[in-house]
Amino acid sequence: MIALNKNKIKVMAENLSDSSAGRSLWKDARMRFMQNKAATISLFILMSIVLFSFIGPYFAVWSYEQIDWNAMGSAARVGMPSIESGHFFGTDDLGRDLYSRVIQGTQISLMVGVLGASVAVIVGTLYGATSGYLGGKTDQIMMRIVDILMSIPYMFVLILLLVVFGRSIGMLFIGIGLLSWLDMSRIVRGQTLNLKNKEFIEAARVTGVSDFKIITKHIVPNLLGIVAVYATLLVPGIILAESFISFLGLGVQEPSTSWGALIKEGAGTISYDTEWQLLFPLAFFVVSLFCFYFIGDGLRDALDPKER
Amino acid sequence: MINYIIKRIGVAIPTLLILIAVTFYLMHAAPGGPFTSERPLPPQVLANIEAKYGLDQPIWRQMINYLWGILTEFDFGPSYKYHDRTVNEIISHGFPITLKYGFWSFIVAIGVGIPLGAIAAIRKNTWIDYLAVGVSIGAQVLPNFVMAPLLIIVFTLWLDWLPGGGWNGGEWQYLVMPVIALSTSYMASIARITRSSMLEVLNTNYIRTAKSKGLPTKVIFFRHVLKPSLLPVISYLGPAFVGLITGSVLIDIYFSTGGMGYFFVNAAFNRDYSVMMGITIVVGALTILFSLIADLLYAWIDPKIRY
Amino acid sequence: MSLLEVKNLKVEFETADGVVNAVNNVNFSIEEGKILAIVGESGSGKSQTVFAMTGLLDHNGSATGSVKFEGEEILNISNQKLNQIRAEKIAMIFQDPMTSLNPYVRVSDQMTEVLVHHHGASKSDALKQSINMLDAVRIPDASNRIRMYPHEFSGGMRQRVMIAMSLLCKPKLLIADEPTTALDVTVQAQIMKLLADLQKDFGMSIILITHDLGVVAGNSDDMLVMYGGEIMEIGKTENIYSAPTHPYTQGLMSAVPRLDDSEERLITIPGNPPNMMKSPEGCPFSPRCKFAVDKCNSDSPALLKIGNSDHFRSCHVDKEKIL
Repeated sequence: MIALNKNKIKVMAENLSDSSAGRSLWKDARMRFMQNKAATISLFILMSIVLFSFIGPYFAVWSYEQIDWNAMGSAARVGMPSIESGHFFGTDDLGRDLYSRVIQGTQISLMVGVLGASVAVIVGTLYGATSGYLGGKTDQIMMRIVDILMSIPYMFVLILLLVVFGRSIGMLFIGIGLLSWLDMSRIVRGQTLNLKNKEFIEAARVTGVSDFKIITKHIVPNLLGIVAVYATLLVPGIILAESFISFLGLGVQEPSTSWGALIKEGAGTISYDTEWQLLFPLAFFVVSLFCFYFIGDGLRDALDPKER
Repeated sequence: MINYIIKRIGVAIPTLLILIAVTFYLMHAAPGGPFTSERPLPPQVLANIEAKYGLDQPIWRQMINYLWGILTEFDFGPSYKYHDRTVNEIISHGFPITLKYGFWSFIVAIGVGIPLGAIAAIRKNTWIDYLAVGVSIGAQVLPNFVMAPLLIIVFTLWLDWLPGGGWNGGEWQYLVMPVIALSTSYMASIARITRSSMLEVLNTNYIRTAKSKGLPTKVIFFRHVLKPSLLPVISYLGPAFVGLITGSVLIDIYFSTGGMGYFFVNAAFNRDYSVMMGITIVVGALTILFSLIADLLYAWIDPKIRY
Repeated sequence: MSLLEVKNLKVEFETADGVVNAVNNVNFSIEEGKILAIVGESGSGKSQTVFAMTGLLDHNGSATGSVKFEGEEILNISNQKLNQIRAEKIAMIFQDPMTSLNPYVRVSDQMTEVLVHHHGASKSDALKQSINMLDAVRIPDASNRIRMYPHEFSGGMRQRVMIAMSLLCKPKLLIADEPTTALDVTVQAQIMKLLADLQKDFGMSIILITHDLGVVAGNSDDMLVMYGGEIMEIGKTENIYSAPTHPYTQGLMSAVPRLDDSEERLITIPGNPPNMMKSPEGCPFSPRCKFAVDKCNSDSPALLKIGNSDHFRSCHVDKEKIL
């Protein structure tokens, strides 16, 4: 009898879940994301790259600082990629192993990208949500400030910051993050303005919840979708900025390295027949950026159907 | 319209002042003065030098002097590193070079990007659309510092068509690669923005109205579609300009064109604060001026903003 | 010969989720100088019917069948040929006057371009005619206001501008796609009055698309009731009003709120409009129809003449049972 009932309930539950046409937003989004082939493949490739940057070192024969005196200065003849020498990606001009250096560069570039994006997301979301929620004069002033900051060539200011406060990875991602929250804040503000007039916010306000609590407990969680999309699109932007600065030689300092620094080294030696010094870091850089953009696009399509 | 212009200028001037103030205080927040970095100087000599450059005065006083110098005589002070050169000389040497290839890059970015995006939108889902979308996605991951070495590999090392660097008074051979390297990613962004905004406009009710009026496609395109489609492009021109001028730093380093970017990076390595500041302020003033122009252009096209 | 004759019109849309049958086998005609009202809920295919006729379907839409204007086929003809008919012979006004005028172009330019293009008029001549037309639709101070941008007009005024613009070439047929839906009730009445007056002055025919039966009553000669992309009933407006012979028409009629109604509750038709993805099998209204019999779910009813009148209905159930 009980077993029968159990079965009945089970069937009923299944029927219920079938008939409830309104799937949850996130489940629906995941399904739509999975349908997007470019985005799923990109996600897979990106995960592989991240995974590679963690387990790759265990297969390395040389460390990223170690100098292969054989290859030093004669990279074009000795330092080419080979399995026997242990330099899977070849060596750089100083005889350092490119395999290990690319792995290290990947770690640092991805880290700067993700941490920088986090800084930008946190600052941008709070600023935008506050501005949009408070509205009126405050909103106008806060957005005017964003307009003003947007017309400043921030790379120059960032280089200034790096020179003044010393060049370090920490300074780099804080600097880039603090300077790239502007777009984020605009987008979040727009969404907040939409949300603000929804009934549940009204309800919270009527029952006397404080503004700060409404922003952090009600507005921000509802912004997560759009924030996720733009955070994904922000990461490649920040990686680009970091690479740019490192390419100029003002970013990550030796012996540490990043994609930008490696591309700079490779680009500097292209006339000496050592193409691999450019091509390996470039391939990692280009493929990863591609993946981030496709994932971002996929997320946008999945979370924001009207954008399609 | 005039009210709007005045209001807009009213924003531009404080922006510039803020930029100057921030860079100025940043410089002075730096640990150690510009002359303490290398071998230590006797205190008396240091004091003399600081007095010469006015560094012994309170910061606000220094800043007002500095501002006054810029406003009245366009004087950014002496270089801390090259004692025989003023910041002005450095700027007036590098600036025309940057301006020249920057101008052409801008023209290429707009002149190729807008038509490419427009054709892609009109011929949606044809090969030209796919090509345009492909190019714009590709160019997103080919920033100037990737384009520059690739261009040199192809046009200098393989084909031997173009010189791998230098300026030579700005002859066209020396201009081609800097301009391509600098403009490609912005051209692609402009194409993408044009395409998507034009697709949106083509779906609006007022374009349906225009069609129902039996107007020829050409008239519909030039009178009804083009203007509104360009509005998002115009909003992007400000950021694109900032991007171009930032990218010029890299062009100057990689192609040895000798523009402002070269001096800026050199100054950064040498902690030559006055040069860095001068260039930052000039560049900032330029971008602020440019975004002012872009905003006015926007207001000129969009009648709803003017009043 | 009718001014416009539509035969077996079908409209399909190709979407990511499958093919949507927006319009199925629609037949009707309109005589010169008459007003035909097309009535139906939103999504019933009434707008797509007229968009198909004038070649204004979205890119993913396609139409089959035949549409003859003054005896000549105009369905799926080239854009050039259509452009000679649009505005010149068949003009249109749309639902939302806020978005139907180009916000970036002065009203004067939007109006004069019609005359310059179709009649080869000079700019100044076209401007004069446009101002006259704005006067005709009773826009005060027309000669000054014509230089303004659409956002400087109110909703009702914008619809007047739309009407004036559509009448510039004195078309034979005006298609009005829900011209009053987006407007206030008082403005609605003004616009309908204006349309009726202009129809008399210009002697044109009007196809009036609406979901508002109140608008249909005093303003049309014939009416056509659509549901799920198909015609339910078609005939003289007064006949349908006095004796609606289709369950759906009846439902629509009884859903109109009346002041003299003693019950204060609004009457609705139970259920939702049909899912147009499913290919039409049986009568589209059958799931919501209280008279439905088994046959209604499987066989499509044909549009049949009632007696000897001009009154047609498509329903399996006897008319006597419904009345």
